[in-house]
Amino acid sequence: MLIAAILALGMGTYAIRLSGVLLRERLELSDNLQRLLPMAAASLLAALAATAALMAGSEFTGPARPTGVLIGAVLAYRRAPFVAVVLAAATTTALLRLAGVP
Amino acid sequence: MSTVKRTLRDVGALGAAMVAVGASFGAIAIAYGLPPWTPIAMSTVVFAGGSQFLAAGLIAAGNPIAAVLAGLLLNARHLPFGLAVASTIGGSWRHRLIGSHIMTDEAVAFALAETDPAQRRRIYWLVGTTLFVTWNIGTVLGVLLGGATGDPDALGLDAAFPAALIALILPSLRDRPTRLVALAGAATAVALTPVLPAGLPVLCALLGLLVLLAPSRFLNPRVAPAEETRC
Repeated sequence: MLIAAILALGMGTYAIRLSGVLLRERLELSDNLQRLLPMAAASLLAALAATAALMAGSEFTGPARPTGVLIGAVLAYRRAPFVAVVLAAATTTALLRLAGVP
Repeated sequence: MSTVKRTLRDVGALGAAMVAVGASFGAIAIAYGLPPWTPIAMSTVVFAGGSQFLAAGLIAAGNPIAAVLAGLLLNARHLPFGLAVASTIGGSWRHRLIGSHIMTDEAVAFALAETDPAQRRRIYWLVGTTLFVTWNIGTVLGVLLGGATGDPDALGLDAAFPAALIALILPSLRDRPTRLVALAGAATAVALTPVLPAGLPVLCALLGLLVLLAPSRFLNPRVAPAEETRC
């Protein structure tokens, strides 16, 4: 049962990924639609970042994580190196938790 | 520093973070009481971080069918990702078949941040393979360490992922329509998270595209020079 569940999730995920790639070759997309694709991807990624920053399950996470992400986002906006962005976000959150902020 | 060097350094940093998150995934799965081969099998066969955490939790709770359904729902966003990066991956069957498996949020974000097509393809493959290798190394380490890694949240790793994504998508938010679509999509997803099952809220971010139906003078006001230089 365990192995069946893992295989089903793995093959289903692969089918989702591959079908997007293969569909693109078959679809004759209008110029307008082609302009929309990068926007759709950016929107999905932004939504992923926002939910990962703010939510834990279906509830608001404590302030520690969003604060760390905010520091990282400000650094990214100021064109800080990627490594600095990631490290600053993780360190801020870790320190806040150490200080007892959830 | 050259662009290539900077990219290599950024990918290296992401890879190091992946080892840490992969290790916490392996350790958590063991702590759930799953057999050691399961997290390793998931990391190679599924290779999608968020859905692996979710599935491991639901399997441990005795609900493997929910684990499969929730994991697939969470990964449904890879369909539009595939549409967006299809031409980046390459045209041969070998490229399509392997390139699809190494598709991750990070590989898509890194690739879309690059404008030159040849460079974009190199970056997609570099990020995809690096993450596949580091994620699996991390998982094995986590399994070996068992529950010893403890709480990954204590290291603030849960803040690293969204911060990295924001850094990666900022360059593609240069033009105002994309920025508005992304903001509307993100707000929709956050607002719907408390009421919809995992995975669905992020998909609803596609509703952000409806912003484009707004009057064009809202989307394209006279562009101030200062706004062009800033992202």
